[in-house]
Amino acid sequence: MSAVATVTDVTMRFSDHTALDRVSTAFEQDAITGLLGRNGAGKTTLMQLVTGHRVPTSGRIEVFAARPSENDDVLRRICFIKEGQKYPDHFRVKDALGYAATVFENWDADLAAALLRDFDLPAKRSVKKLSRGMNSAVGIIIGLASRAPLTLFDEPYLGLDAVARQLFYDRLLADYAEHPRAIVLSTHLIEEIAPLLERVLLIDRGRVLLDADAESLRGSALTVTGPTGKVSAFAARHELLHTETLGGHSRAVVRLRSGADGDDAAAAGLSWEPTNLQQLVVAMSLHTTAAAAAAPTDLEEVSR
Amino acid sequence: MNEDAGPIFRQVAGEIENAIVAGSLAEESQAPSSNELAAFHRINPATAAKGLNQLVADGVLYKRRGVGMFVATGAREQLLKRRRSEFADQYVRPLMTEAQKLGISPRELTAMIDHWEDPR
Repeated sequence: MSAVATVTDVTMRFSDHTALDRVSTAFEQDAITGLLGRNGAGKTTLMQLVTGHRVPTSGRIEVFAARPSENDDVLRRICFIKEGQKYPDHFRVKDALGYAATVFENWDADLAAALLRDFDLPAKRSVKKLSRGMNSAVGIIIGLASRAPLTLFDEPYLGLDAVARQLFYDRLLADYAEHPRAIVLSTHLIEEIAPLLERVLLIDRGRVLLDADAESLRGSALTVTGPTGKVSAFAARHELLHTETLGGHSRAVVRLRSGADGDDAAAAGLSWEPTNLQQLVVAMSLHTTAAAAAAPTDLEEVSR
Repeated sequence: MNEDAGPIFRQVAGEIENAIVAGSLAEESQAPSSNELAAFHRINPATAAKGLNQLVADGVLYKRRGVGMFVATGAREQLLKRRRSEFADQYVRPLMTEAQKLGISPRELTAMIDHWEDPR
């Protein structure tokens, strides 16, 4: 597979903090990538950089083999749906869609009309008077109907109820199957979105923790339980991410060395279950938080 | 699909195998496409395709160019054979482990199986 966007050694510094710290990654053509991480991890900043809304402090960003910022040729192939996207106050829903139709060359008006019905949106209502969920639905319609070769959704479901979110996932999958393209979704609802993902990019405190095929991650970690001694011995042979102990009994989330699987845990006298993507992401994020707390930060190092 | 049960492509392959073993997906009939599987199970189409490709590699399905995937002749027998060989490991082993924990002897276990009546 080839990449539509590559990020090479990118650092983004703001006056008081470093949002991204030497990040390198790529967004593949024809793949749905989940951009995961805690609040403030740098997800939105990364999206802003890739879509030319910001210029990095250092490093290189290439989208469709060119720099995105102030490059119309690149930017008209990108659709970026921001979290809580705002539209001009005098716009009605149909004006927002009409405007999007002029911007995106692959715009599918039939799809937009069908989605408008699916989400039960009043076309003539002023965007000012939309509920939060309705406003999110407008963004979702524009994002899907744009058919942009690179489409990014930043937390697209704000205020959407469970039914509307399911509708979004279903329509996204159906349209993506017919028109594969690069889609990047940032979300906290990992469990809901996980089966849709082909790639996973997990960032934490501005650094890449995971950048991998979603299926390879599903087999890569186990939650093992058993007597504490046996759990520790097993964890020592792999990578321990998180552990809890109660009365001589432990439960641990363990990233396996390559080639290992549940049989190895069973042979070690432990019961095990696969760790799903959400559990893995949580365990890895907690793991780095604990590591950061244990080790002095660079700043403290300097001040000494 | 179950997010808690390991790689999804294996679950997809497993479900198609189940349908073949049960006879609901007959030999030489057309298997669902990756897009149909993706929509039905709400999973990424590439993941569904990976499940199908695994079955092609195993000789359970075969491709007809431009038409789709079909169940190979002999696939059911092949799957039954493999599942029988895996039966001891997947079902007897946990049964024995639990029986040992509870102090049920192999003789008692055999008696239980002999007298087992299917509640259905």
